[in-house]
Amino acid sequence: MKIVVLVKFVPDATAARAFGADHTTDRVGVDGLLSELDEYAVEQALQVIEAAGEGEITYVTMGPENAGAALRKALSMGGDQAVHVLDDALHGTDALGTSLVLAKVLEKLEYDLVVAGMASTDGGMSVVPVMLAERLGLPAATFASTLSVADGKATIRRDGDLASETVEVTLPALVSVTDQTGEARYPSFKGIMAAKKKPVTTYTLADLGVAPDQVGLGGAATEVVEVTARPPRQAGVKVNDEGDGGVKLAEFLASQKFI
Amino acid sequence: MASSVERLLPSEEARELLGLTREIADAELAPAAAAAEHEGVFPREALRKLGRAGLLSLPYDPAYGGGGQPYEVYLQVLEELSYAWLTIGISVSVHSLACFPLAEYGTDAQRQRWLADLLGGEQLGAYCLSEPQSGSDAAGLQTRAVRDGEDYVVTGTKAWITHGGVADFYNLLVRTSGDGPRGISCLLAPGQLAGMSFGEPERKMGAKGSRTAQVILDGVRVPAERRLGQEGQGFSIALAALDAGRLGIAACAVGLAQSALDFAASYATQREQFGRPIGSFQGIQFLLADMATAVSAARALYLEAARRKDAGLPFSVEAAKAKLFATDAAMRVTTDAVQVLGGYGYVEDFPVERYLREAKVLQIVEGTNQIQRMVIGRALTG
Ligand SMILES: Cc1cc2nc3c(=O)[nH]c(=O)nc-3n(C[C@H](O)[C@H](O)[C@H](O)COP(=O)(O)OP(=O)(O)OC[C@H]3O[C@@H](n4cnc5c(N)ncnc54)[C@H](O)[C@@H]3O)c2cc1C
Repeated sequence: MKIVVLVKFVPDATAARAFGADHTTDRVGVDGLLSELDEYAVEQALQVIEAAGEGEITYVTMGPENAGAALRKALSMGGDQAVHVLDDALHGTDALGTSLVLAKVLEKLEYDLVVAGMASTDGGMSVVPVMLAERLGLPAATFASTLSVADGKATIRRDGDLASETVEVTLPALVSVTDQTGEARYPSFKGIMAAKKKPVTTYTLADLGVAPDQVGLGGAATEVVEVTARPPRQAGVKVNDEGDGGVKLAEFLASQKFI
Repeated sequence: MASSVERLLPSEEARELLGLTREIADAELAPAAAAAEHEGVFPREALRKLGRAGLLSLPYDPAYGGGGQPYEVYLQVLEELSYAWLTIGISVSVHSLACFPLAEYGTDAQRQRWLADLLGGEQLGAYCLSEPQSGSDAAGLQTRAVRDGEDYVVTGTKAWITHGGVADFYNLLVRTSGDGPRGISCLLAPGQLAGMSFGEPERKMGAKGSRTAQVILDGVRVPAERRLGQEGQGFSIALAALDAGRLGIAACAVGLAQSALDFAASYATQREQFGRPIGSFQGIQFLLADMATAVSAARALYLEAARRKDAGLPFSVEAAKAKLFATDAAMRVTTDAVQVLGGYGYVEDFPVERYLREAKVLQIVEGTNQIQRMVIGRALTG
């Protein structure tokens, strides 16, 4: 069983975030980490391998130099090797371009299963996995809250608002997993040391045969026109309970059309 | 609050290890401590996580699954764990103590058979020396082990046992002959042997999450192949284990005291009286300065003892000094932290009254501080 896990290096959500003059997220000057939502993908891939009793995991990321930290973190949790697509021309690449680059990487790798997180914690679009599956002609089962792999098939449960669906895809396939799949493990002390010795291959766009104008801000099909800081939160409405707290709460909710 | 102690560490590996420790301590331990201590819940799951992360076997041989870390590094991990939650620090220290007799005194064959399991991270160990009638005078222990064929038959009561009832293995210090220290032997008993039972958990004034209970042995058959060292060597094994264990308790005390200091210092910058922060009053600053100095001195003392141990030099007296000084310092620092918070320090809404209650036990375990003074005094006077 060969698994590729897509991971992303994102700005630390607890630290200050910034945007560049071109409205792209500042990724270089900030503290970053492996996107928490991707930790679930790593965990699921490790569990699939553990259940199968054999196999290997390759992590793939596209991002600036410091994105290597996300690969090291994933490798310290387990797995075998990693690929880092690193090229200055990638700055400002949108989801479509990202899926193109990742597809080119995957064409170089052998895999039975591609696992991704449900969204990145910075962009939050959730579209890269399906775009990638489309480019590779893979069946995609997304937003999995459980994942199991057996007999050449991956089976997921997708919990929607109205129903839970069980979806089965034939391998090779792509699966994206949610934070419901189960807590990700901590790396072990030995895992951290072992990760330093695991191979990380760096590819440039030229290595992948992608022209610079297919990616970056110039190649993007979408454009961020404006970035507005969210207004600071206003003080809420305070309800003093003088025996009629319940009624007042209900009135407030009704006035906001919540009930 | 996350620990902010800047450490001089001997290797890149050690820096990674301390980073991992802080990550787990901040995310898993510190947020859970107050509630679990209030309820008296033993944090078995948290310890399992530490085990899987490789933090339960740091000072032992990597050939058996240990972390291969010098005491200088292992103890600083222990300090960080105790900074977040003392009960966890005590558990890790006692577990390490419980692995010591097999790791140091077991035969190669015994180590091959059992050590990897002890160090594997899934198991917890206990160290059973004290008895209801023999505490400081540990050599007065009365639990008897009588040889019967391939087994020892063990009868007696072990008191105050950390992990009593929740441990997976128990080091039993037992009497195999006569009186006094030379009649004592050490047996490595698995948990759940027939005839083994446990007292109700002790209702303690602090470290309530830590499990302490009697281990009651009623004709328990322990295979003789599980004796560590020679018959009669048990007491010297017990003392050697305690030398290392005392360093662990010293590191726990420093972590706890650092926590109290950090909380008090931060509080002093926020609380205002007479129109300014109480931290601007010299009376409070001097209190904090003495606390900070005591914490630094205690850390330096345990690190010095640890480095001697790592270098293969005798360290037993230095360990006694470190345990004595660090735990007395923790008592004073936590008491003063309550003082800095005033009335707010005396209630459960803030952690410092708990720190004070927790500090007290460190002056008692692994040799009371009177016993540490005895060790130091004897070394001075022969
Ligand atoms: C929470 C907790 C966990 C523990 N965990 C363990 C464990 O895992 N394993 C284990 O074996 N034990 C454990 N102990 C027991 C601990 O080691 C003993 O409590 C300690 O050794 C003191 O023994 P004692 O309580 O019988 O006090 P005593 O020995 O009766 O001492 C009473 C007082 O007399 C003083 N004293 C005694 N002799 C002298 C002397 N010669 N000179 C001056 N003063 C003296 C003592 O310092 C003390 O102040 C634990 C205890 C506690 C409270």
